[in-house]
Amino acid sequence: MKYILMMNTMKTGQGVPQWPQKDLRAHIAFMIGLNKDLHERGELVSAEGLSFPDQAKLVRAGKDGRPITDGVFPESKEFLAGFWIIDVDRPERAYDIAARISAAPGPGGAPLNMPIELRPIMSGPPQEMV
Amino acid sequence: MTKAWDATSEHLLRELAPQVLGTVARRFHDFAAAEDAVQEAMIAAFTQWPQEGVPENPRGWLIQVACRRMTDQMRSEIARRERETAVAAETENLASLEIEADMDSDDTLILLFMCCHPGLTQSSAIALTLRAVGGLTAAEIGNAFLVPEATMAQRISRAKQTIKASGVPFRLPSPSERVERLPAVLHVLYLTFSEGYASSIGSHLQRLDLAREAIRLARNTKTLLPDSAEVAGLLALMLLTDARRAARTGPDEELIPLDKQDRTLWDRAEISEGIELLTATLAKGSVGLYQLQAAIAAVHDEAERAEDTDWPQILALYELLKRVSPGPMVTLNHAIAAAMVHGPANGLQLLRALDTDPRLASHYRLDGVRAHLLEKTGDYEAAIKHYRIAAARTTSIPERNYLMTQAARLAGD
Repeated sequence: MKYILMMNTMKTGQGVPQWPQKDLRAHIAFMIGLNKDLHERGELVSAEGLSFPDQAKLVRAGKDGRPITDGVFPESKEFLAGFWIIDVDRPERAYDIAARISAAPGPGGAPLNMPIELRPIMSGPPQEMV
Repeated sequence: MTKAWDATSEHLLRELAPQVLGTVARRFHDFAAAEDAVQEAMIAAFTQWPQEGVPENPRGWLIQVACRRMTDQMRSEIARRERETAVAAETENLASLEIEADMDSDDTLILLFMCCHPGLTQSSAIALTLRAVGGLTAAEIGNAFLVPEATMAQRISRAKQTIKASGVPFRLPSPSERVERLPAVLHVLYLTFSEGYASSIGSHLQRLDLAREAIRLARNTKTLLPDSAEVAGLLALMLLTDARRAARTGPDEELIPLDKQDRTLWDRAEISEGIELLTATLAKGSVGLYQLQAAIAAVHDEAERAEDTDWPQILALYELLKRVSPGPMVTLNHAIAAAMVHGPANGLQLLRALDTDPRLASHYRLDGVRAHLLEKTGDYEAAIKHYRIAAARTTSIPERNYLMTQAARLAGD
């Protein structure tokens, strides 16, 4: 069963985190190690990190159907920072992975305990319908 | 002497893969390494044969190439160890290794039991079976499950390590072990088939046809275990279900329920083969879970129109199935059959028993069936509610679309 794990940690106007080099390195190493581990277990479908919120654009079709782009939009409180798509045998395994991501090290090496949103991906086989 | 590469050659390679793997694994007593070597031999065949032609003895060719890889690998392994500990002589033994064509049809059976090892997770067992017994590449299996090739290769590799670590010898399980472990093997084949049911719908058409692969594997298994009524029952169930494939979805990929399907699209050849298989097993006396499900599928397939369906017989078969293999899904399907025979109120009554079953209480199927039966009683409001609950809980897009549409149909526009 496939899941998407979404890391919604960014705030509007937020740029590169200003952590000490040691902490930044530990965080990056954690993420690389995590992806490597998921890959080796045959569970990683894909993982992507997203650009910082100042690169975000909001696109909507105008009345003539042409795109209208907005720059940074202050009404959004949270931004998707990155996501993982995993394929695991049990939901519990997905929860474990999400918890591991949540506890990624932050400043001073302390766990960030950030919220990770987990959603099943619609990939189940359909049954015969009555 | 070679013969030209043609449409049958790829099929031949797939058929040979488990035989070659069996021979090599037996000879070197190392399933994991043998599997790697056979994959390399297969890749070599796929690149060379289309140009140079299919060798006269393709199996011998593959065994030879795979064994050469094995010895090369072992030599370099030994060389590495020699540098450290100066172990000698082994190379000599390897050099004298003759490549005999010690073919044993049991080898494929050993592989099948090995791949459906109880220590493996279901997804790993399916992947390994498709690779080692089905002769598919990691890329093809990854494509079938919509995961990257590298991820699938890792999954297979871990599965092989698990088997290696478990220390199972490469030999046929004893007759009593076989009886004990056959259900797990059949379950893996059945799951592969069910997964294929999803992969053959609409936008996934470019995916490898897992249902066909599962049927092929079940056919091979039946050749290996000709006396097992359940193996024949499983193959019959697959054929009798697969026969309805073309009628199961509409032009917009929408699911079409059994009673609305265009039955002229059903595959008559698959139906007759399935019924023939089933009839032969029933003559043997014992009746298992797959034979019963196949028998139910056969009753549906035999009805020319939905209204001709012999529901009393289906109900009787579900009652038998409840005794042979009780479970919430069986209870659910039994309730549908009961509703068809004794009316929807009776079916709804039977569903109540499932409300407290943790395995099914929040499962979309329970709400989907309840909605369907409520609709039949004329309680549209409740039916709409349950169709919507079911739509929110399923993890299948075609199913969600179907259930949402049912709710919308009852709600009116």
